[in-house]
Amino acid sequence: MLQSEFITSSIGKKIVIAVTGLFLFGFVIGHLAGNLLIFAGPDALNSYARKLRDLAPLVWSARFVLLASVVFHIWTSILLTIENRAARPIGYEVRKTIQTSIAARTMMLSGLVILAFIIYHLLHFTFRVTHPEISHLTDSLGRHDVYSMVVLSFQKVYISAVYGIAMTLLCLHLAHGASSWLQTLGWNNERTQPLFVRISAAVSLLILIGYVSIPISVLCGVVK
Amino acid sequence: MKLDSKIPSGAMSEKWTRHRNQSRLVSPGNKHKYKIIVVGTGLAGASAAATLAELGYRVECFCFQDSARRAHSIAAQGGINAAKNYENDGDSVWRLFYDTIKGGDFRSREANVYRLAEISTAIIDQCVAQGIPFAREYGGYLANRSFGGAQVSRAFYARGQTGQQLLLGAYQALCRQVQSGQVHLYTRTEMLDLVVVSGEAKGIVVRDLVNGKVTCCVADAVVLATGGYSNVFFLSTNAKGCNVTATYRAYKRGALFANPCFTQIHPTCIPVSGEHQSKLTLMSESLRNDGRIWVPKAKGDQRPPKHIPEDERDYYLERKYPSYGNLAPRDISSRSAKEVCDEGRGVGKTGQGVYLDLRDAIAELGKDVIRDRYGNLFEMYERITSENPYDVPMRIYPAPHYTMGGLWVDYNLMSTIPGLFVIGEANFSEHGANRLGASALMQGLADGYFVLPYVISDYLAQRKPSTVREDAPECRKAQEEVIQQTKKLLSIRGSRTADDFHRELGGLMWNECGMSRSEEGLKKALKRIPQIREEFWGNVNVLGGHEELNEALEKAGRVADFLEFAELMCYDALERRESCGAHFRVEYQTPDGETRRDDQRYKHVSAWEFTGVGEKPAHHKEPLEFEFVDLVERSYR
Amino acid sequence: MNFTLKVWRQKNRNIKGKLETYGAEEISSDISFLEMLDQVNENLAARGIEPIAFDHDCREGICGSCSLTLNGIPHGPERGTTVCQLHMRHFKDGETITIEPWRAKPFPVVKDLVVDRNAFDRIIQAGGYISVSTGGAPDGNAIPIAKEKADRAMDAAQCIGCGACAAACPNASAMLFVASKVSHLALLPQGAIERERRARNMVKQMDAEGFGNCTNHFECEAACPKEISVAFIAKLNREYVRAYVK
Repeated sequence: MLQSEFITSSIGKKIVIAVTGLFLFGFVIGHLAGNLLIFAGPDALNSYARKLRDLAPLVWSARFVLLASVVFHIWTSILLTIENRAARPIGYEVRKTIQTSIAARTMMLSGLVILAFIIYHLLHFTFRVTHPEISHLTDSLGRHDVYSMVVLSFQKVYISAVYGIAMTLLCLHLAHGASSWLQTLGWNNERTQPLFVRISAAVSLLILIGYVSIPISVLCGVVK
Repeated sequence: MKLDSKIPSGAMSEKWTRHRNQSRLVSPGNKHKYKIIVVGTGLAGASAAATLAELGYRVECFCFQDSARRAHSIAAQGGINAAKNYENDGDSVWRLFYDTIKGGDFRSREANVYRLAEISTAIIDQCVAQGIPFAREYGGYLANRSFGGAQVSRAFYARGQTGQQLLLGAYQALCRQVQSGQVHLYTRTEMLDLVVVSGEAKGIVVRDLVNGKVTCCVADAVVLATGGYSNVFFLSTNAKGCNVTATYRAYKRGALFANPCFTQIHPTCIPVSGEHQSKLTLMSESLRNDGRIWVPKAKGDQRPPKHIPEDERDYYLERKYPSYGNLAPRDISSRSAKEVCDEGRGVGKTGQGVYLDLRDAIAELGKDVIRDRYGNLFEMYERITSENPYDVPMRIYPAPHYTMGGLWVDYNLMSTIPGLFVIGEANFSEHGANRLGASALMQGLADGYFVLPYVISDYLAQRKPSTVREDAPECRKAQEEVIQQTKKLLSIRGSRTADDFHRELGGLMWNECGMSRSEEGLKKALKRIPQIREEFWGNVNVLGGHEELNEALEKAGRVADFLEFAELMCYDALERRESCGAHFRVEYQTPDGETRRDDQRYKHVSAWEFTGVGEKPAHHKEPLEFEFVDLVERSYR
Repeated sequence: MNFTLKVWRQKNRNIKGKLETYGAEEISSDISFLEMLDQVNENLAARGIEPIAFDHDCREGICGSCSLTLNGIPHGPERGTTVCQLHMRHFKDGETITIEPWRAKPFPVVKDLVVDRNAFDRIIQAGGYISVSTGGAPDGNAIPIAKEKADRAMDAAQCIGCGACAAACPNASAMLFVASKVSHLALLPQGAIERERRARNMVKQMDAEGFGNCTNHFECEAACPKEISVAFIAKLNREYVRAYVK
C-alpha cells in the first residue's frame, strides 16, 4: 500500500521518470558506441551486429527493460503534464520566465518528437519496412550488411535531415533530463547543481555530435 | 474602583512557584468541556492557543491576516533575552529582572517582572525543542549576543530573523493542534467587539473579512493577544494591519486601559523619505553593537559623511554616556537623536536622521564578519535607500515601535472583566515605562507558553462550563452594534479616505504625544482630536459593500477606534506629570535633559475607565510597591 | 514618474475577472511599489472607483502577505525582494506594468489581487512541526548541533510562506515551500525523529491541494524573496525516498 502511495505521489512519479530516463540515457550512449563502429569499416559494424544477434537472450532482456522504461517514462510524463496543466487553470496574461531553459520548457515537445522518431527508426533499421530495397543486403561473409544499409540510407538527404533534427531534439531533451535526474533522486546541492547543468549540456552535445557525425560523414562521402 | 493586582505573598523567588502550586486545576476529563477564545496569532496568541489545546481545552483562534503565520511578531529581528548565563558573564534571573525593571524606569510590578525573568530560561528550552534554528557556536552550543541596553550577553538569536523563527515555532505548534482538531482556526476574521454576560467575558463578535458576515463566538474565557497600538502614529514600524480595535473595544466594554502613554520610540529606523511613505522600517538594534552613532559637530554640515573628518564628528552617545555608549537604552538613544536633529545637526535630505556608522567595525573585524552578522540588514537598507552601507554610513531616525501600555491585567493576566485575559504586547505588561531590547519576544512567549495556561485553569476550575449561546441577547446586541457601525461607515460617502484621516491623526500624535510631550501640546491635541473625529464621521469615504472583502472598510473601522483611543493616550500623558522611561514631559527634565521621575506622586499604574466617547475617562491608580529593589535614578552615563 | 497599470480586477471568487487599465501619475522613485498602489487607490477612491484589493501587512519583506505578479514575475523584477520592498526606481518612467494575482489552482482569487493561500497552512498542519508539547523540554544546550548544520537549517527555515515559488513555477508546484520546511526540520536532531512521517504527510497534503509537480525549471528559486535554494528540493526528494525505503 505504501508503495502505491509512493508511486502515485508527485515525487514518486518524478522518480519513475528519472530512473527510467536514466536507463534510456544509458541506452543512448551504448547505442552511440555501437554506431560509431561504422568509422571502423563495414567488417567491424557487421560483425558487431552479428554478435548482438548471437546474444539474443541478453539483447531481448535489455530490450524488454528499455521498452518498459519507454512506456513508464512516457506514461508518467503524460500524467504529470496533465496534472501540471490542471494546477494552473487560469494562466498569466503576461508570461515570462526568469531562469528556466528552453530545454526544460520543451521537454514534452522534444519527448513526443523523439517518440515518433523512435517508431520511425525501428521501422527503418530494425523492422526494415520503410526502405526494403536497401535493408536486406548481406555482406561477403553472409552477414546482414548493416553498414551498407546505413550508408545507403543516409545518402538520401531527407533521411539524414530527419535523423539530424531528431538528434538535436534528443540532445535538448537529454540536456535537461540528465541534469534533472540527480536533482530528482536527491543527490544535488548548491555546489553540484551548476556543475551538473554544465556537464549534462556538454555530454548531450557530445552525444549529438556523435550521432550526427554518421549521416554527415555519409553525406560528405567520408564514409561510403 | 480598587485595582487588586493579586500579587502572591512571600519571597520574590517563591511567589510564582507557590502561586502555581496553589492554583486550582481542571481535571483532564473535564478540560474538553471548556472553550477558550484566543484572538491574535502572534507569539503570545499562537503559543497560548497551542499550549491550551495541548492541555485539552477546546480553542477557537482568530486572526485578521490570511494566515496565522503572518502576525507582526514575525518582524522582530534582534533576539530574545533569557537568563541562561551560558556566557558565564554574571547573568542571573535576578539580573535580568533588575535590568528589566530598571530599564522600565520602575513603573512595572516587581513580581510580574521577576516571574518573567524566571520563565525566560524555559522559553529557550522549549524553542530549541521545537526546532528553532538559533545561532550556534562551532562547538554546537547556543550563541549569545549582547543587545541594546544590556551589559551581559543574554540575547539568543536566529540571524536577523529571531521573531520570524520563534513565531513559526509557535505557529507550527498551533498547526499541530489544528490538525488534531483541538484548535479551530479562523483566518481573515477580525474581532470587533467583546461580549460580556453578567459581568464576565463570554465571547466576541467577529467579522469574516471575506464575506463580511458578522457573527458571535461564545466561550468560557476570552484571551486577547492582539498586539500594540503604535499605528496610532500612522507611521510606525508596525505592520499596516496592526490596530487597537480589539483592546479598545474591550476597554469600551469595561476593561481598564493602563498606561496608554507609554509608547516606545525605537532609535534605529530608516528615516522618513517622503509624504507618501506608508510605514517605517526598523533596522535591528543589534547594529548598535558594532555601529557608532554620530552627527557632524557643525550645524547644517552638508558634506558627504566621508568628507567629515574625525574631529568634526560628534559621537554624542559615547560622549554623553561613556559606560553604555552606543548601547544606551532605547528611550535615551531616541531622545538624543531627536535632540541633535532639533539642534539642526541632523543628516540626510530632511535633516531628520543621524549616522549609524560601521566603518570602524568593518576595518577591525573585516567585511566578512560584518556581512555574517548584519548581511541581511545591510541588504534591506540598500533596497530601501539605494545606498550601500558598506561604503556609506547608514542614516537612522527614531520611529514608534512598541507600546508598553495596554489593557490592565492582574498577576493572573486577567483584566478587570473576569474571564478576559490579555497577553503579550496587548496588556500593559512587564516593561513599565520603557522596554529593553529582546524582551518583547520573551514576554509574549512567557505569557503564552508558561503563564496563561496555569492562570486560566485556575479561573476555569472555579466555574461550570458556560451555558451562554450565540443567540443570547448580549451577543445579538453586540452583533447588531457592529453591523450598524459598518453600515454607517459605508453610508457617509464623503471626500477623504480613512488613510488620509489616519495620516492626519498620526502626524498630530507624533508631534504632540510622541518622543517628547508638553502640557500645551497635549492640550492642543485633546482639542484637535475630537475635531478630526467629527470630520471623519461626516466626511470619510468608504466605497464598496459590507458583505465582501473590503479593505477600505476594515481600515476605516480601525481608524475610527484610533480616533477615540488617541484621546485616551493624551489624557494619560497629560496626567502623568513626570518624565519616566519613554514618557518624556519637557516640563520635567534635569538640567542636562534627562528624565526626571517623580516617585512621590507617580509611582503607580494609571488605569483608565471608559465613560463615553469624547468624555474624559475615569482615572484609577494601582500603586506600585517595591519590596526588593531600590528606586534608583536610571543612569547610563 | 508616470506609469500605466494593467490591474487584475475580480469582484470575488465566483465572478470572472479582467485586466483594467489605470494611470499612476507623479510617482516618486523613492516609494515602494505598494505605496505607489496606495497612491493609485487614493485617486481611485476620489473618483468613486473601489480601490484595488491586495494583501500586504508588514511591508518589510518578512510577513509574506504581499503577493503580486508584475509583468509575469512574482514579486517583480528584483531578485530576492518582496514586492513591498521593491522600489519604483527599478522601473522605467512611462512603463506599462501588468499586475496579476498569484496563479495556481490551490490559490483561488478572493478579490482582485488577493488570493487564498490556506493550502500552505494545511500543508504545515499535515506535519510541518516537531511534535513537542509545552513543558518538559531539556536544557537548550543539552543537544549540541554543529554550527554548519544549524546554519543550513536556518537557510531553509527563512521561508516566509508567500507562495511566490508556486506562483512562479510553470507547473504551479509548491515543492520549494514544502522542501524548505522538511529540510529545516530534518536537518536538526530534534526534528529528525519524525522526519519520515513528516515528509510523507506533507507531500501527500501538497498533492491533495492540487499543486503541480516539480520539473526542475528552478523558477521558484529565482522568484523566492529569500532566495531559498532548489538544493532543498533535492533534499526533500531524498527525504521522501528515505521515508519509503526505511
